[in-house]
Amino acid sequence: MMEKMIFGRFIPGDSLVHRLDPRAKLLFVFLFIAIVFVANNALTYLLLLVFTLLVVFLSKIRLYFLINGLKPVFILLIFTFLLHIFFTKEGDVLFQFGFIEVYEEGLRQGIFISIRFLVLVFITSILTLTTSPISITDGIEVLLGPFKRVKLPVHELALMMSISLRFIPTLMDETGKILKAQMARGSDIGSGPIKERIKAVVPLLIPLFVSAFKRAEDLATAMEVRGYRGGEGRTRYRQLDWRLIDSLSLLLLAGFTAALWYFRT
Amino acid sequence: MDLNIMSFENVTFTYMPEDETVRPAVEGLSFSIKQGEWIALVGHNGSGKSTIAKLMNGLLFPQSGTVTAMDQKMSEESLWKIRSQMGMVFQNPDNQFVGATVQDDVAFALENNGVPHAEMVQRVHESLRQVKMEEYLNHEPHHLSGGQKQRVAIAGALALRPRLLILDEATSMLDPQGRMEVIETIRELREATGLTVISITHDLEEAALADRILVMNAGHKQVEGTPEDVFFAGNKLTELGLDLPFAMRISKLLTEAGVQLSGEHMSEDRLVEDLWTFYSKK
Repeated sequence: MMEKMIFGRFIPGDSLVHRLDPRAKLLFVFLFIAIVFVANNALTYLLLLVFTLLVVFLSKIRLYFLINGLKPVFILLIFTFLLHIFFTKEGDVLFQFGFIEVYEEGLRQGIFISIRFLVLVFITSILTLTTSPISITDGIEVLLGPFKRVKLPVHELALMMSISLRFIPTLMDETGKILKAQMARGSDIGSGPIKERIKAVVPLLIPLFVSAFKRAEDLATAMEVRGYRGGEGRTRYRQLDWRLIDSLSLLLLAGFTAALWYFRT
Repeated sequence: MDLNIMSFENVTFTYMPEDETVRPAVEGLSFSIKQGEWIALVGHNGSGKSTIAKLMNGLLFPQSGTVTAMDQKMSEESLWKIRSQMGMVFQNPDNQFVGATVQDDVAFALENNGVPHAEMVQRVHESLRQVKMEEYLNHEPHHLSGGQKQRVAIAGALALRPRLLILDEATSMLDPQGRMEVIETIRELREATGLTVISITHDLEEAALADRILVMNAGHKQVEGTPEDVFFAGNKLTELGLDLPFAMRISKLLTEAGVQLSGEHMSEDRLVEDLWTFYSKK
C-alpha cells in the first residue's frame, strides 16, 4: 500500500519536465491552480483535461502508474461526484430511481468538479514526481526571496526543510530498529483494539524523540564547527539555471489561460 | 615563526564551576602540537578527551589558562577565523551529514565561508578525490556505509584546506572495515599533504600510528611520548583501563609464557615476522 503511494515521491528521469527549473515548475503549478477555476463549461473543462494529459505525456510518467498510485484519491473523487449528483437539485430530472432523483445540473456539476479535482491532483503529483525534494526546497527559497524584506526567515526555513528531508530515511531506519527492539521485549504493536495499539506506540515514540534530540544537538555542533553562522555572507553550491525552455513553459501556460478565457461563458 | 599549531597552557575547565566538589573535566593541562605532527589523544571514558576537543575549537572556553590555535589566542573574536583553518570529524557518521547528497555535504563549510561557486565545485571534486569518494558525488547519505560517510566528513573538512584536522572518536562507531578505510585515508592524506592530525580515540591500534601519544586520565595528562615509549610502560596503561594493541598483548603473554621473542611488537606484521623466525630457528 505505502509502496504504491506516489504522494511526495520523486521518480528520477530525464524528460522535458524533469529538466525544467524548479522555480518554473513551482510557478507553473501555483498559477495552474488558480487557472483551473477559470473553466466553467464543457469545452473549457475538456481543454483542462487535454492540457493536463499533455503535461503528463511530456513528463514521460506512465498514466497507468499515475492512476494506480493515486487510487486513494479516487475514492475521494467518487465521493464528491456522488455528493453532487444526489444533492444538487437544479434543471431537469434526468432519471428517477426510487426516492433518488438525479438532476441534469447535478450530473454536470459532479463531472466538472471531478475533472477540476483530477487535474489538480495530477499536476501537483507531476511536480513532486519530477522534481527532487531538494530542488523544490531550492526553488521555494528563491521564490520566497522577496519576503526577506518583511523579515520572513527564508534561508532558515529552506535549511530546516532540507535537513528534515535529509533525516527522514535516518529516522525511518531508527524507528524500525526501535520497533524490533521493543518487539524483542515482548511489546505488541500490530494487534489489539485501537486504544491498546495507540498505547503501544508510546514506547516507540519516546526513544525516537530522545534520539532525535541527541542527533539535533550533534548536528548543531557539527554545523557550528564547520562555520555555519546563518544565511548572511553564504554562497550557494547548488545553482539554479533558468533557461529559455522555462520561460517557454510559463508562456505556454499563459497561452492556455488566454484560450480558456476566450472559450468560457 | 612559531610552529605550534595548537597549544594548551595550564588549561582548566569544569562543567560546574559553582560546585567545587565536582572534579574539573580538565585540570592544569599543558601541551603543544607542532605543524605536521600526528597526535593521538587517548584515555578512558571520562578522562577529559572530548572536553579537550571542544576546547580546541572554541565550543567551550576554559575557566583558566589559554588555548592558542594557529598562533591566535582562542577568543570570541578569533573563533571563526580559527575554525575556518581546522576541520573536525565527529563520532556519529549520521549526525554530522548536513547536505542532501555527498557533494552538498562537502560544500557545506565552503558555503558557510562564502567561497565563490566556481572554486567551490573545484574544491569539492578535489577533496572527494583525496578520500577516494569521487564516484559517489550524487549519493544520498543513507546509501553509504559508515566508513564512507566518515570519509565524506573528512572530505568536507579538507575542502576548507585546513591546517589541522581533529578526529573526535571518528572511528569508534564503525565496523572493522570502515575503521580501516578511515585510518588508511588519514595515513595517505598525511603522506600526501603533511597535514597536522589530532586523533582523539580509545582505540590503541589507531593511536599506535601516531607520532606522539598523550594519555589522559581523570582530567590530567598521565603519559606523553612516542607510541613505543607509551606502550612499553605497558602496565600503566592497563591500570588506566586501556587495552594494549592486540599484537603487543600477544607478544607480552608469549614472553610471560616463556617464549623467547626479541623485543616488543607494535604491529601484527612484526609479531608474525618474529614468530616465524622464532619457529624456524627452533
